[in-house]
Amino acid sequence: MTGSAPVNSAKNDTIGAIKAGPGGFAPGLGAVRNPGDKIFRAILAAAAASIPLLAFAILAMLFVSSLPVLNQTGIYFFVRKEWDPVAQQFGALAFAYGTLMTSLIALLVAAPAGVGIALAITEFSPLKAREWAAWIVETLAAVPSVIFGLWGLFVLAPFLHQYVDPLLMRVPGKPFFAGPDTGLSLFTAGMVVAIMILPTVMAVCREVFNAVPNSLRESALALGSTRWEAVRLAVLAPSMPGIIGAVILAMGRALGETMAVTMVIGNAPQIVSNLLGPADSLASAIANQFTEATSDMHLSALTALGFLLFGITMVLNIVARLLVWAVARRMQHVAVK
Amino acid sequence: MIIPTAPVRARTDLIMRGLCWAAMALALVPLISLLYLVVSKGLHRFDLDFFMHVPRPVGIPGGGMANALVGTLVLVLIASLFGMPIGVAAGLYLAEFGGGRFASAVRFWADVLTGVPSIVTGIFAYDILVKPMHSFSALAGGFALGTMMIPIIARITEEVVRLVPVSLREAALALGIPKWKSIIHVVLRTAMSGVATGLFLGATRVASETAPLLFTSFNNQYWNTSLGQPTASMTVQIFTYAISPYEEWRDMAWTGALVLLIIVLLASLASRLTLSKNRGANL
Repeated sequence: MTGSAPVNSAKNDTIGAIKAGPGGFAPGLGAVRNPGDKIFRAILAAAAASIPLLAFAILAMLFVSSLPVLNQTGIYFFVRKEWDPVAQQFGALAFAYGTLMTSLIALLVAAPAGVGIALAITEFSPLKAREWAAWIVETLAAVPSVIFGLWGLFVLAPFLHQYVDPLLMRVPGKPFFAGPDTGLSLFTAGMVVAIMILPTVMAVCREVFNAVPNSLRESALALGSTRWEAVRLAVLAPSMPGIIGAVILAMGRALGETMAVTMVIGNAPQIVSNLLGPADSLASAIANQFTEATSDMHLSALTALGFLLFGITMVLNIVARLLVWAVARRMQHVAVK
Repeated sequence: MIIPTAPVRARTDLIMRGLCWAAMALALVPLISLLYLVVSKGLHRFDLDFFMHVPRPVGIPGGGMANALVGTLVLVLIASLFGMPIGVAAGLYLAEFGGGRFASAVRFWADVLTGVPSIVTGIFAYDILVKPMHSFSALAGGFALGTMMIPIIARITEEVVRLVPVSLREAALALGIPKWKSIIHVVLRTAMSGVATGLFLGATRVASETAPLLFTSFNNQYWNTSLGQPTASMTVQIFTYAISPYEEWRDMAWTGALVLLIIVLLASLASRLTLSKNRGANL
């Protein structure tokens, strides 16, 4: 499978079951040119070009709008702790810390759970149930984040505060659970986000696991391995880059999650090791303060937080896509051989 | 002779499979809790007033979210007006001419754009529309949502258009129809139900967004008479009511959540059914 995609699709297809590869028509078709073709193609190409243009426009616009604060504090903006709109002192560190910690907590919970669920669906459940089970878990992804926030604020936060946090405070793993316990906290935000990114981890892992050819599983089973050993050797091991890709993709979602975090994180821009105390994240700071910002500098600082968020999620997305693609390509090799 | 599996291996097998199922069960708990509570708490104010009236001040009974329902509809309409044609055209390009390096770049940036936090799109719309117009507006909110729609719709359109068999295209070309006409009249037409599902999916996806609306369309407690004015939306209204200190407003937030959830789940179910039917027909 070294040739370009359209060539492959033409080679592998049989009459009757021909499907379009990327490139739509099989190569050589439509060779007779019609003047309308060029115009039509140009219109479609312009629409397609709007997508990268939009991305650059957003990046450029955010950068220009954050210039005032970057001129004032320089690159140190990203490593300063102070955030005092009244004194016009701005730094992103406290928010970056909040964003990072909530995402980390969320990943620690959602990554293993998501992989496990994906395995349960693709490897262990009956064929007919797979599609629907996947649909149910993926439906979680369609629930608007403001509803997760509402549920987190009135259901999950009180529940954690009353039952889970007291247990955590007995854990000798201080200072993370040292208290005081405010209910609306980094920990609560992390748990809500964990539930929200679970479908992402699960959906991508499912895709990756499904790409593993059955011959691998069968070889493992034929050698006398148990179901789990077959899964570990034939499914999990070759899928590792894809799983990492799924986790990174989910991390991108976690970092950018706004509404649910805003509602349960407690909104206090501070860097403390106590996970049961209030904090603030990049996205929630923007959501909370943007309409209330009184000075241009404050607005610019908030935009700079958005710029930072965009940058981080963009890099994460790029890395994740590359990993998922790499796995898919490798599986194709295995399947052909 | 059958050699029995070593007990350790059998036990590991059992434990690991059990853990996978346990994770599945554990994930269902919050889902069920969320659904149950949104329904049970939402039914409290699920009445005619909710759909008929604008919000009323605390203490005066009978307020509703009628303006927010219409507001969300208006915002999604504005978004669809430019987001859908551009998205579908881009998706068609990727499916029909998508072999080259440019198309790969477009695909890549579409994925990046889908992953960008929606609140960032809100800042973008604020800079482009709210700042020059000196006012929060339905236009700005719609623009933010439309921007989010384009990459989503482009990727779904590409996927469903690619399912159209090459033989159909060949048949059209064999009749001497120009390629562009065959794309519009044969390819797009064949994929129409799939494309429509994609549009529908894109619309519901942005309808459930809150963050990009906070400082673009903002909020409004009254009926909106112009697209240049701040506009209420379901999601922002739910958010506003949820963080308010008043019990009756919080009840309204739950009812708003119920209405929104019903819309989103129905859309998800409907698109699932059409998409799978579509795939089945073409395979």
